[in-house]
Amino acid sequence: MTLNEISKILQADFAGDVKDLDKEIKMACGSDLMSDVLSFIKADSLLLTGLANPQVVRTAEMAGIAGICFVRGKQPQPETVKLAEEKKIPLLATELSMHESCGRLYREGLPGCDEIK
Amino acid sequence: MNPVADCIGKVYLAVMKSNNSKKDSFTARREVPGHRKTDDLKFTRVQELVYELKVSDAMMQKVITTSPETSMSELREILRANRISGTPVIENGRLVGIVSIEDFIKWLAEGAHDCPIKDKMTKNVKTMYTDEPLIHAVSKLEQTGFGRFPVVDRQSKRLVGIITKGHIIERLLQKLEIDYHEEEIHRYRASHIFEDIIADKVALTFRSYLKGRDFDRAGEASSGLKKTLERLGIHPQIVRRAAIASYEAEMNVIIYAESGEISVEVQPGEIHIDVTDSGPGIPDVQKAMQPGYSTAADWVRELGFGAGMGLVNIQKCADDMELTSNPGKGTHLKIRIDIRTTQPQTKAG
Repeated sequence: MTLNEISKILQADFAGDVKDLDKEIKMACGSDLMSDVLSFIKADSLLLTGLANPQVVRTAEMAGIAGICFVRGKQPQPETVKLAEEKKIPLLATELSMHESCGRLYREGLPGCDEIK
Repeated sequence: MNPVADCIGKVYLAVMKSNNSKKDSFTARREVPGHRKTDDLKFTRVQELVYELKVSDAMMQKVITTSPETSMSELREILRANRISGTPVIENGRLVGIVSIEDFIKWLAEGAHDCPIKDKMTKNVKTMYTDEPLIHAVSKLEQTGFGRFPVVDRQSKRLVGIITKGHIIERLLQKLEIDYHEEEIHRYRASHIFEDIIADKVALTFRSYLKGRDFDRAGEASSGLKKTLERLGIHPQIVRRAAIASYEAEMNVIIYAESGEISVEVQPGEIHIDVTDSGPGIPDVQKAMQPGYSTAADWVRELGFGAGMGLVNIQKCADDMELTSNPGKGTHLKIRIDIRTTQPQTKAG
């Protein structure tokens, strides 16, 4: 699934300058707990989160996450956007809740991280 | 030899090679782990690409078309001005034929008596669908000997693009260039540095200083560590493990301590990450190692940390981990990661 398709499914807008519409996303993970993300997310995943601070981008950088989507109307802080642009990590923001965001993507065939070997 | 021509030659050769090899053997080869010779790797990557990419990925979307009533003399100017070798012929939005430079040359040879394109075009047009894998286009171009295929949408049957060998090669080169840059970094392996230095023991050491509560810069030290290890050509999976372990340790220092430092030593076979701080120390190290045990305040949790998973994560990423702490004085965390194997030797409990 491309990032562009994901943005349409989640009615999400890009935040910041990194807009890799064709970037291929193979799986996703939803969590507000960065330690959990670091523990089980796989590289090239999409991270859905309600946290909008720069540590989310740091976590994405360390874990090789392909993109971040902020849920339930959270707008990333300016420092978060700046860091993401520096690290070339695309950011999305949707009004949908975490539950509905994950549900929609799963229904459209995007698997969870633990389903991919 | 001209490097560009050489490169195009190689890519095309690889495409043809993949065209002749069965898909099964290709899939099997793709799963072989470990290192391969550069050439092998490239060819395999091209083979992968022609299966991964769709016709729509490589086709030219801006199609120059002509009408059946366009004259052959006008065609010459259309081909020349657009620097193309053929165009689909469209009537009322429908694809009715295709005319190429070969048809034009034939017309010239026959005396160049001006006539509409419809008299000289090929009427039974072979097309491709946007969603077909690129390998189909490669095979079809080879089998038929045609120079181009109009591309139509499977549902609407409308003309949406055109594909030639040139477009395929251009797209593959573009993709390979991205791969090449990544590979170039890998090729410069850490071992080269170590081989070039003559001594009994060789190690590269670098250090970053941490300031407690400095959340604006939290993660910078680990970010630098990650970049450095990448530049040294260490395997991406190992870099990822080192970065995650270092990041969790860095967050711990910033959350709990006044100051600290991360010292990294890269040896030919392993990486040592030492994190020391002058924090409050951990009264019960064993308890701190339990998943979910945390003394973190709410503001730490709001940052997405402090859930009692940090040390567990570090252990998961490391081959060896040693935590010593003096309450009131500070904490020393030693992490060892083996460079030679990508999987950790010790598993978290």
